[in-house]
Amino acid sequence: MTRRSRTIVVNSLLVIGAVFTAFPLLWMVSVSFMPTGAASHFPPPLLPDHPTLANYRELFANHSAGRYMANSALIATLATCISIVLNTMAGYAFAKLRFAGRERIFGLLLGALVIPAQVTMIPLFAIVKSLGLVSTYAGAIIPTMTSIFGIFLVRQYTLALPDELLEAARIDGAGEARIFVSIVMPLLQPIIVTLAILTFLATWNDFMWPLIVLTDQKLHTLPVALAGLSREHVQDNELMMAGSVITIVPVLILFLAMQRYYIAGILAGGVKG
Amino acid sequence: MNRSHAGWWFAAPSLLVLALFFFVPVLAAFAMSLTDFDLYALTDLDNLRFVGFENYGALLREPLFWKSLGNTFYFVLLGVPLSLGLSLGAAMLVNSRVARWRNFFRTVYFAPVVTTLVAVAVVWRYILHTRYGFLNYMLSWFGIDGIDWQGDPHWAMPSIVLLAVWKNFGYNMIILLAALQGIPEDLYEAARIDGATGWQLFRHVTLPSLAPVLTLVSILTMTGYFQLFAEPYVMTEGGPLQSTLSVLYFMFEEGFKWWSLGRASAVAFLLFVLMFAITLLQLRLTRREVRQ
Repeated sequence: MTRRSRTIVVNSLLVIGAVFTAFPLLWMVSVSFMPTGAASHFPPPLLPDHPTLANYRELFANHSAGRYMANSALIATLATCISIVLNTMAGYAFAKLRFAGRERIFGLLLGALVIPAQVTMIPLFAIVKSLGLVSTYAGAIIPTMTSIFGIFLVRQYTLALPDELLEAARIDGAGEARIFVSIVMPLLQPIIVTLAILTFLATWNDFMWPLIVLTDQKLHTLPVALAGLSREHVQDNELMMAGSVITIVPVLILFLAMQRYYIAGILAGGVKG
Repeated sequence: MNRSHAGWWFAAPSLLVLALFFFVPVLAAFAMSLTDFDLYALTDLDNLRFVGFENYGALLREPLFWKSLGNTFYFVLLGVPLSLGLSLGAAMLVNSRVARWRNFFRTVYFAPVVTTLVAVAVVWRYILHTRYGFLNYMLSWFGIDGIDWQGDPHWAMPSIVLLAVWKNFGYNMIILLAALQGIPEDLYEAARIDGATGWQLFRHVTLPSLAPVLTLVSILTMTGYFQLFAEPYVMTEGGPLQSTLSVLYFMFEEGFKWWSLGRASAVAFLLFVLMFAITLLQLRLTRREVRQ
């Protein structure tokens, strides 16, 4: 094959692949602007004849979409903030501070990476129930507050920091807490951003745990609410697409804005959901 | 703060949370699976009875459990190779020297990964709609009759595979892309000088260089696919005729619909043991292959 024909083949395949990959999302957006019933035709319409915001108005006015969105945002933000503090502290300790049992505990943590979170879900529910946290925001964020993967991610990054820097600060008489806050944290900024995005997206998209623990509909997150709504409104395609748009678009925008950091997190060693 | 204690103070909050909400539950999952933990035990632990391995025995006699296990294996065996194949294909295309706008394509292919599973399942349920769905419309261009994707027990699982592959292939593509870029160009040059064709380059240079990464991503993908739940929950509710009931879905219904939490724990534990065994097997097989 000549270089010219190879260029054409490779790029055509890339374009075809991109069309197939992007189509479901683009069509979702397009259908969400169609009036009720317009999408239930054959052949299926590609673009709305008379674009309308009625579906979005309906979602926010009659289906408490604003409330679910606030729940999702609040739970994801809380989980992200707590996990940043906890994982950064632990990751730094495992990388730079000596303490008894450090290597053994770290080995145990790495081994536990193979345990899927679902194994813990039933006892976790019993624990959360006994703490009186079923159907509370606190109950929802419990499994995402810290993660072995997060600790691992921070540890790997922190290992590369020069020891001399920390030693110099210690000689100057800085306490360990002070060193962590004013020297280590600023240097860890890139990995903290990565960790923040991964946690935020994972919590926002999470389904099974919030479905189990948030029994009160008022506390539902967007995915849980959308799953419930889609069972009730099976035929209402336009409304469902609008619901999907408000669930997906926030995280998609966040990803596009912070893509570099997200990809860095993946390459640092596979994300555990 | 003493320096040798500082490490403990920094690690303690995380380790405490992990112990309470991860390690204790893992052990408790096994303990619970040996009891008849139910709604009454949830309110008062005095109602708890130790039943030994009765839950496991009951599961192995339960046809629906075997059905869910079979469905999950079908999903994994169909989905993982398709997903990996597509990831590798996409990675090679994006990595090609003649490819244009690489970053654009990389972003587009990756976008489904960050989307919300429940939301895209809702979207795909519509795309796969028998009468108004776009997929059947496309098939009609080629004179193929519409398929009842989610209503026909034979097609329900393949349609979930379609969604899963579309959503996930970008993830492994990113990892494989990085691995491809790490293969030294000299290897290809040397092979070309020896007269290797495109296919031979792929078979004898690209694939062996990618082998360790491929093992890693296949294990990660497989363990992910074993955890099938949200897709059938949204798209088919486990139907039709239980053809998309996965092990986790079965666990969810046992636990949170019927409140047989002891039995549900046994399901969770069996799934974990199974995934673990298959991971070990895969590691051993690949190691042998590499040695040969």
